[in-house]
Amino acid sequence: MFQIRFHGRGGQGVVTAAEMLSVAAFLEGRHAQAFPSFGSERTGAPVVSFCRIDDTEIRTREPILVPDAVIVQDPTLFHSVDVFQGLPDSGYVLINTSADYKTLHIDGVMGRFPPGHARTVPASEIARVHVGRPLPNAALLGGFAAVTGQIHMDSVAEAIRRTFPGPVGEANVRAAWAAYEHCRS
Amino acid sequence: MLKQIEGSHAMAEAIALCRPEVICAYPITPQTHIVEGLSAMVRDGHLTGCEFINVESEFAALSVAIGSSAAGARTYTATASQGLLFMMEAVYNASGLGLPIVMTLGNRAIGAPINIWNDHSDAMSVRDAGWIMLFAETNQEAVDLHIQAFKLAEELSCPVMVNVDGFILTHAVERVDIPDPEQVDAFLPPFDPVQVLDPASPMSMGAMVGPDAFMEVRYLAHHKQMQALDRIPEIAAEFKAAFGRESGGLIRCYRCDDADTIVVAMGSVVGTLKDMVDTRRAAGDRIGVVSIGAFRPFPLEEVRNALMGARRVVVLEKALAVGMGGILASHVRMALRGHPNRVYTLIAGLGGRPILQPSLNAFMDRVAAEPHYDVHFLDLREDVVEAEIARMAAERRSGPIAENVLRRVAALGQMMLPDAAVTGDRP
Repeated sequence: MFQIRFHGRGGQGVVTAAEMLSVAAFLEGRHAQAFPSFGSERTGAPVVSFCRIDDTEIRTREPILVPDAVIVQDPTLFHSVDVFQGLPDSGYVLINTSADYKTLHIDGVMGRFPPGHARTVPASEIARVHVGRPLPNAALLGGFAAVTGQIHMDSVAEAIRRTFPGPVGEANVRAAWAAYEHCRS
Repeated sequence: MLKQIEGSHAMAEAIALCRPEVICAYPITPQTHIVEGLSAMVRDGHLTGCEFINVESEFAALSVAIGSSAAGARTYTATASQGLLFMMEAVYNASGLGLPIVMTLGNRAIGAPINIWNDHSDAMSVRDAGWIMLFAETNQEAVDLHIQAFKLAEELSCPVMVNVDGFILTHAVERVDIPDPEQVDAFLPPFDPVQVLDPASPMSMGAMVGPDAFMEVRYLAHHKQMQALDRIPEIAAEFKAAFGRESGGLIRCYRCDDADTIVVAMGSVVGTLKDMVDTRRAAGDRIGVVSIGAFRPFPLEEVRNALMGARRVVVLEKALAVGMGGILASHVRMALRGHPNRVYTLIAGLGGRPILQPSLNAFMDRVAAEPHYDVHFLDLREDVVEAEIARMAAERRSGPIAENVLRRVAALGQMMLPDAAVTGDRP
């Protein structure tokens, strides 16, 4: 089982991101479970969502306390939320930012992850270019595919198209590919 | 057809496949996505032959359902929590009149204090209201139970409530096999009411019944539920024959053969418990789970047969009878009367508190030593309640409890999860 926790703010598509990732895994014939943190979500408030991926039926209904990967959609969360909680040293971290770790005051934490397991990607800026709005969720899924290898980028693209049919979906697919290439380089 | 779909939308699709003729509901979290989905299907022509009636309250929703069901229309509604309380008088009327309405309850806590999250307090508040009450373990089962519920309700002319854990199931996106319309049509015949309000053939429903006949009417309601004890497993078997999957039934046992300890629970937490059982079995603990699929009628005999051989029974329940303890546990003790099994009540997950395997494992370790206490609250913050009890004893004007507890929890830190859970320790 591979468990992913998404951290962001209300309005950034945090819940949709987890759902799209679960659809991508489903398209690969795998079992996946996506669910929100069940809060009364408000625009701008910290939001958490979860996704589990496995080859067999997923039965547990616990929130993900020990994730294999954490996706941070908003770098201003580091001040108020311990996004790294429960993440082992072997875990993966993907952060939506164009700043470096030092600027974000997380250089100490990020040092504990193996090479290639921790990445930043300017997903909001990529989305602004391709989608016209700084909605980072689809782009981050592209980055996730590149960093973890847990899912094929084609599946991510198809999941985005199913969630957002038409031109909006295509724009988000382009953003996801751009983030994928960014994280592979 | 396999879909990766939100539980609420999967349920909406299943309900639409049952060809309801009237749907009336008032939105309330966490049930809202189900009726939103259905209203969209009626509007866009996906669901034909169905009138979606907007109402101004839950009381109106179930009252409209009573009227349409009495007029012979297959009728569906959904609610949760305070919404169920608001329709309470109609809840008893629907069953008292013997109307086969199907209602989804997106299980949620009851206030005060107001809380939108999952537990089973709402379902337990209507446990004696005369409805058949089914509980879903997964979203697949939630889909399947709705299809079975219409068949059961209409055969017996008795309302059926399908309980699905709010948020945990309603808002989870997972793999669900949505049946084909032809399959559902073959399984579920058109509604053939035992009583119908028809201007062409006038009759009355809802007579005043005095002391000379009331007991008999009540007895017949009980008799119907006793019939349901036979029909629920039969319908589950018919469902399996038609759809190829196990869903529904009175109870389901998981790894209970030779078990020293059996955990009894209802709803989605059974999934977490199955994982716990596998982990503990691998470490040599002989433990199993019994999932209660039908709470009303309560399958005393099946529960007794399933539990008799276990030394210890842990009843995990997401509700609390204040001043008493466990509700499901009382039922289990009734089933085991005259037998020497030790029964423990584990109150867990109230108001959406996560039910975590490390905490469950710690409790199962304690139960193995067969302590004498009866009711235990999983992950209760004892520091918080002890301090609050002391303060209330010391001050006359100690103020509102909810606000005081919130302040204290904030002061002690937000961390509500045991350290073992966060560090990932496993026993």
